[in-house]
Amino acid sequence: MKLYEYLAKRMMAEHGVPTGGGILCETPEQAEEAARKIGPCAIKAQVLVGGRGKAGGIKLANTPEEAKVRASEILGMNLKGFTVDKVLVDPQIKIEKEFYVSITLDGLVKLPLIMASAFGGVEIESVAHENIVFSHVDITTGLLPYQTREIARKIGLTGDLAKQFGKVLIGMYNAFRKYDAELVEINPLALTENGTKLVAADGRFNVEDDALFRHPEFPTVEEGTELEQKVKKIGLAFVQLDGDIAVMANGAGMAMGTLDVLSAYGGRPANFLDAGGGSGVEPTAQAFDALLGTKPKGIFVNIFGGITRCDLVAEAIIQVKKSKGIDVPLVVRMVGTNDVRGREMLAENGIEAYTEMGEAARAAVKAAYGKEA
Amino acid sequence: MAVIINKDTRVVVQGITGSQGQFHAGQMLAFGTQVVGGVNFDKAGQEIHGVPVYATVHEAVAKGGANASIMFVPAPGAKDAAYEAINAGIKVLVLIPEHVPTQETMEIMQYAKQYGCRVIGPNTFGLISPGEKAKMGIMPNHIYRPGPVGVVARSGTLSYEIAFTLTNAGLGQTTVIGMGGDRVIGTNFVDALELFNADPATEAIVMVGEIGGIQEEMAAEYIKANVKKPVVAYLAGKAAPAGKRMGHAGAIIEGNRGTYQSKVEALTGAGVKVAALPWEVAELVGKALK
Repeated sequence: MKLYEYLAKRMMAEHGVPTGGGILCETPEQAEEAARKIGPCAIKAQVLVGGRGKAGGIKLANTPEEAKVRASEILGMNLKGFTVDKVLVDPQIKIEKEFYVSITLDGLVKLPLIMASAFGGVEIESVAHENIVFSHVDITTGLLPYQTREIARKIGLTGDLAKQFGKVLIGMYNAFRKYDAELVEINPLALTENGTKLVAADGRFNVEDDALFRHPEFPTVEEGTELEQKVKKIGLAFVQLDGDIAVMANGAGMAMGTLDVLSAYGGRPANFLDAGGGSGVEPTAQAFDALLGTKPKGIFVNIFGGITRCDLVAEAIIQVKKSKGIDVPLVVRMVGTNDVRGREMLAENGIEAYTEMGEAARAAVKAAYGKEA
Repeated sequence: MAVIINKDTRVVVQGITGSQGQFHAGQMLAFGTQVVGGVNFDKAGQEIHGVPVYATVHEAVAKGGANASIMFVPAPGAKDAAYEAINAGIKVLVLIPEHVPTQETMEIMQYAKQYGCRVIGPNTFGLISPGEKAKMGIMPNHIYRPGPVGVVARSGTLSYEIAFTLTNAGLGQTTVIGMGGDRVIGTNFVDALELFNADPATEAIVMVGEIGGIQEEMAAEYIKANVKKPVVAYLAGKAAPAGKRMGHAGAIIEGNRGTYQSKVEALTGAGVKVAALPWEVAELVGKALK
């Protein structure tokens, strides 16, 4: 889950990273008041989209009155589909040089990775590889000052600035660990006050979803479409696609494979749905019902029963058929645990079930479109 | 022959008293696996399926001679349980739970490395060596047969589908390894390829990959330089859009990284036969072994 800039900075400031002392505001009047305290300022829309400056989401103000006007322009505006309801009023700073620094999770090396560069202020993807310092942290010992000194030297920082940089990096790392982040980034890390001080001028902080149970303090930001959120609440992995044949399978790999097979036979999948391993009748029925609600041209169910019992999947489908009716062509493929019983149950209710995946996918395409694609 | 687990593997089940642990301990015993006990601190002294429940992993090692552990512990308790197993001297650790925070998985991996413990998973279906009657996992027992094919997969159900078509085609398996669907995993394609390459009983290798990450690309490099045995692959996610997590934490195309195309090109370039559809894997393996 991504955190807003103001929260990202708050998490870092809590751990000793200088973040400039901006003030969060929700009304033009609050922005005016904030500008009175901090002087000439930048008013920054708090949205989770990139390129907000270019889109008009960041404006400068030199007086409190101007801050009020600028804030009223930004608050309520629509930035790439998101309505702005908060702005961060940050002091204007004179930047001598911009650095980049981040900590991420390196899945291959299986350790946190620090990236730092003297060429900050732009997206790190556009910085040449040789201009980035890469340094892994041994997660069982933690980040020690010597490692920050090594990195500081490599990006050209010495003396007091190297010490400030070390403090920034250790603060970032501690916040990264405490809040189970998958990304902590400062870009730019600005050199200000005539080259004597480092300040985090912008911050990004992504908390890993799997660790959110430990951090009830973060307000949840709902991501995805309405339908995606609905199925997510049932506890299943779901992604909406632009096709017209709804798909349900068990297991993430199997669900992906099902989309591929369906596509290979000319079908256009409407979604990815991993109906889970060993989910009960109720969640399966709810998910199936949600698929039906999208008014697809057809539905394709593909189950290889392991922990998932085919008879329970059949029961879920029959339950939906009896309570609401299924008014679109449905093709089921079912093998594995209790498959014979599952197919019998479906047949008793007028639903044909296949055993071969390819044959079933072809039948699903034909049933949905009225012809072979 | 087989890799990682065999008839001498002595398994302890951490979390044996939960419904999943209990069910799968029974299934592993039914397969013929040496399950020497389970662990639950509060239920020590009880028996489940006729095997003792110990209070700690240390006791299961000392009294039951356990040398491998399979963990059915919910994600929030996974780090503690994994550290306990590693510290007790367990050499093969299978992490079944999904949703273990990645930073904790990293700590587990680093600790395991220090103790020389091999980790499978997390978020895995486990592994199985049919000819050795050794199973540490949640896969259905009946779909595997002893034979010459080594299988390594990122996903469970899809690998069941493929293992079953192999079995039905008369192509049994030495060992089937589930790597797990997370971003950080203990045993990856390259590790598994290294083991299968060195195993005299394995004559062909099957990889079941998917979009996301660069594990398949690294495997391709390894194969090119080291593997003489035939390798067949199936990759899921050809129809998946970029930027969307397809169920597994690791199954996401980020920018131009982790695409289906890049993986197919890398593997094909290394001489791997890539099946377009899951059931074509068995045909390709059959041809390669002729």
